[in-house]
Amino acid sequence: MLRFILSRLLQAIPVIFIVITATFFLVRAAPGGPFDAEKVVLPEVKRALEAQYRLDLPLHEQYFAYLGDLAQGELGPSFKYPGRSVNEILFSGLPVTAELGLYALLIALLIGVTAGVFASLKPNTRQDYIPMSLAMIGICMPSFLLGPLLVLVFGIYLEWLPISGWGAIPGDKVLPSITLGAAYAAYVARLSRAGMLEILSQDYIRTARAKGLPEWLVVVKHALRGGLIPVVAFLGPAFAGLLAGSFVVETIFQIPGLGRFYVQAAFNRDYTMILGTTVFLSSLIVLFNLVSDVAAAWLNPRLRSQISGGGK
Amino acid sequence: MSSQVSTDSQGLLDEAEQGASLWQDAWIRLRRNRMAVAGGVTLLLFIILAILTPWIAPYNYEAQDLDLGASAPSAAHWLGTDVFGRDVLTQIMYGGRVSLAVGFIATAVALLIGVTWGAVAGYVGGRVDAVMMRMVDILYALPFMIFIVLLMVVFGRNVLLLFLAIGAVEWLTMARIMRSQVQSLRQQEFVEAAISLGLSPTAIIRKHVVPNALGPIIVYTTLTIPSVMLLEAFLSFLGLGIQPPQTSWGLLISYGAETMEEYPWLLIFPGLALTTTLFSLNFLGDGLRDALDVRGSKD
Amino acid sequence: MSLLRVENLEVSFVTRNGTHQAVKQVNFAVEEKQITAIIGESGSGKSVSCYALLGLIPSPPGRIDGGAAHFGERDLLKLTEDELREIRGSEIAMIFQDPMTCLNPYLTIGEQLIEPLRIHKGMSRAEAKIRAVELLDEVGIRSPEQTFSSFPHEFSGGMRQRVMIAMALINEPRLLIADEPTTALDVTIQAQILRLIADLQKHRDIGVLFISHDLAVVADIADHIVVMEKGEVVEAGQPNIIFNNPQHPYTRKLLAAIPSGEREQQSAAREALIKVRDLRTWFYPVGQDAPVKAVDDVSFDIERGEVLGLVGESGSGKSTLGRSIMRLAPITGGSITFDGTDLSGLQGSNLKQFRRRMQMIFQDPFASLNPRMTVYDTLAEPLLLHGVCTRGNLDSHIARLMDDVGLARSFIRKYPHEFSGGQRQRIAIGRALATQPEFIVADEPVSALDVTIQAQILDLLLALGKEHQLTMLFVSHDMAVIRHIADRVLVMYQGKLVESGLVKQVFDAPEQPYTQSLLASIPGAALTL
Repeated sequence: MLRFILSRLLQAIPVIFIVITATFFLVRAAPGGPFDAEKVVLPEVKRALEAQYRLDLPLHEQYFAYLGDLAQGELGPSFKYPGRSVNEILFSGLPVTAELGLYALLIALLIGVTAGVFASLKPNTRQDYIPMSLAMIGICMPSFLLGPLLVLVFGIYLEWLPISGWGAIPGDKVLPSITLGAAYAAYVARLSRAGMLEILSQDYIRTARAKGLPEWLVVVKHALRGGLIPVVAFLGPAFAGLLAGSFVVETIFQIPGLGRFYVQAAFNRDYTMILGTTVFLSSLIVLFNLVSDVAAAWLNPRLRSQISGGGK
Repeated sequence: MSSQVSTDSQGLLDEAEQGASLWQDAWIRLRRNRMAVAGGVTLLLFIILAILTPWIAPYNYEAQDLDLGASAPSAAHWLGTDVFGRDVLTQIMYGGRVSLAVGFIATAVALLIGVTWGAVAGYVGGRVDAVMMRMVDILYALPFMIFIVLLMVVFGRNVLLLFLAIGAVEWLTMARIMRSQVQSLRQQEFVEAAISLGLSPTAIIRKHVVPNALGPIIVYTTLTIPSVMLLEAFLSFLGLGIQPPQTSWGLLISYGAETMEEYPWLLIFPGLALTTTLFSLNFLGDGLRDALDVRGSKD
Repeated sequence: MSLLRVENLEVSFVTRNGTHQAVKQVNFAVEEKQITAIIGESGSGKSVSCYALLGLIPSPPGRIDGGAAHFGERDLLKLTEDELREIRGSEIAMIFQDPMTCLNPYLTIGEQLIEPLRIHKGMSRAEAKIRAVELLDEVGIRSPEQTFSSFPHEFSGGMRQRVMIAMALINEPRLLIADEPTTALDVTIQAQILRLIADLQKHRDIGVLFISHDLAVVADIADHIVVMEKGEVVEAGQPNIIFNNPQHPYTRKLLAAIPSGEREQQSAAREALIKVRDLRTWFYPVGQDAPVKAVDDVSFDIERGEVLGLVGESGSGKSTLGRSIMRLAPITGGSITFDGTDLSGLQGSNLKQFRRRMQMIFQDPFASLNPRMTVYDTLAEPLLLHGVCTRGNLDSHIARLMDDVGLARSFIRKYPHEFSGGQRQRIAIGRALATQPEFIVADEPVSALDVTIQAQILDLLLALGKEHQLTMLFVSHDMAVIRHIADRVLVMYQGKLVESGLVKQVFDAPEQPYTQSLLASIPGAALTL
């Protein structure tokens, strides 16, 4: 197993490397230098600034210098907020985004798995149609539409919940978490329904029933593990999606998280910030993909023994 | 003897009972699925409207009526007007052209690259396959959403780039599906039978592989269009996609969200247009999946 | 009093396309300490009848319309789901057809094994384990302790079926329902499992309801036989009466379908059409160091006009050998000479020339026809490809092929999914014959078919072989079929040829121990063939 994780890690390294390289050169290829927009900059000042940000070096030297910084976990200074490093900004936003993502993921898993399993037990009945119709709505109602609508209804008309901020007023975490989690709850519901239906039609479920197991035990002990493997494998892509979703949700609800910083950086053309955030988020995503892959493989005893058997 | 046989076989095809092909069966199943039919009809309607928009839109796209400003739906403006007094219905119709075009064209790009890539990898197999799919794996692991945002930031926001960027993401899954189809078809006994008949590889692909791989490709294409449209709307909402003077549903939703407190119709109607389209495509895709009996979702 | 007495059982399936009566007025009984076998082909309702008793048919669409099933004092059909659950796995246990899919791959064997004890007897985990390990030992599993904590995928089909049997017996049931428990197994394993079931039944005094499609399998063990056809019991009685004096035409048909006897064999040495020398087909799985030696240095001749049987168990390499000759599997060493030309290096049009002269019939008639082509297109493809005929007289050639393989011409525009398995195999045979080949590889062409259909297809192949003077390599796992159809036989084991000779020789006086064990495993010793 260790070998399997290691080999996956070895695969992840080139991916992260490609991300870093591609991002670096893309950002450098952007038309217009970072200080062209500043109105009047004395040549000396400009030169000093460029030296500070290493822009006076040849491109490949800049690149290697950047790699060197990265190796030490240093993402460099921000263009737009002189005096603040990208690291500082990232780590001020990270806890907020992590909390938001965690709540959204919990909502997605709790609601999604429950609804999906529930639906799969009585396919093509009302017990199936109702949750699955809701799931379809969830999929067709993107967060950037759901968010404003929730704000309109629960925030503005009903005045039940606050419509912006994070952790300032009680209840202000509810709407953003739901907005971010809803679509993923829908995906998880569909995935777990399909996975459970597949497993429930297997011969070994019939064996379990023939042994006289009560139906709940058949479902919980014999079907759930196999049926939810697709959900576990989906966690990696879902995590990437949640991060991207946080761009929108944090913008809508004005939450000071990573996503909002990223979008702001994009508009401000704060190149070091974009570069740093992209590298950081990408690495997180690659890592999370790895974790969900390993977890999904671990749940399958056949794969597990193959993996432990020396990576065959 | 042969002359006797040929008189014997006259009208061989005329008297034969007509069989029902899998496509015909699937069509019958699809027609029985009310949601899928409704989705298909709605979608068709939207496409026709989008094509005809320049001729049938109630107002000029650029026409403003600053005196009127934002007004609620009325007889003159069925879906109301925005703060510049522009007709919302007209805006939605023109926005729909862009949104649908992005959806269909980017999907077509993905389809073309993905199917070719997957078919070659799957049919050639061996080392070529390993290398080709390794590339897909690596690209798959890249966080594309972030990359597209980055691209849009760096290269400015143009529609062509958007097509390419979205198409470039979506082809990966298409390639995987096509490859697994071709690979499993290759091992089917009827393909082996075709090989032992002496058919050339191109004939085998054309007559035996492609027609049988089409089902999952059709289904996945139908389901890719809505996810592409979502992606476009997502980027436009952030201000990183379609730029004025052009518009799209995502952009309209983004404007609507800013002023929803006072003028909720500016949010609700574009939202409705987008959601309805996504619903139609998803129901149609699900219906096709059931009708064509395609199992499994992505890989 | 009977252990189980089923009276007038009626089961139907309600689907969108209407109601299908799967079981009609069925009566049978299982006596204490005896084995009752239900025989029937697919769709006869034999399994549905038994599953219905335990409430194991999915409902909807399944529905029990009437009847009674007396088990002791109770009528199983009148019990509530909870009462039935008390009985399942304690008083009545089941084993199923495919041991590969019937064990939960996510749970250890031990965990699955002790479930019935924990649920029905409320035993503690430790107590249950002791009992489970004892039983694993009893069903012939060598290291029961280790097996207890292993996962199902670590075992072969035969071993898994032993585990299934242990699981069924763990609560000392009074009745065991066995649904085709040996059908998915190799013939030598099948014999072992049959013996195990018979032994356990004797030692434990349980009643067994044994469901099978194969008369020969039940012949040796059943005390009572019930024959079912299309949802009805057509005949029932003692085995010797059923076999020696069958009353119902369907029973006679079933008996006649058991491949029996040998063909009149021509032993005169003839010219070899195909010479296989030191043929080697090795596969190199990715990430594995050792190659899989599917076919390992095999040499033999196929004589013009003969039917050469190739027999072996699953994994013996017999199918790969056939496919290598057809150039469908890679040749990694040795040579195959067809009528004087070495096939192993041929490519392109040279190969195509030979493809016309040799054709293949595949095992699975559901997979061997392109589902999107009509019969007409399927048959026209080889005819046009090899210029057997022109577009002008294509129809007449297709008509003749249809006649040859016994298909009505009116089917010509239908698609494969509209046909039964037997009809599809006829289409596949027609396609193989279309190029007017000299040599045919038939890879288990009847093993996916019902017994009565099996007999028809075998007869068709023999007749066509004679008519067209075909040379045939007939690959099968079924010794009785080989004996029935072949002139000479090759026996394969683990990629090697272990024995060859005239059918009579090999069957009457096998030299190799492996061949002897294969022959000893043929079920149906009680049937005097």
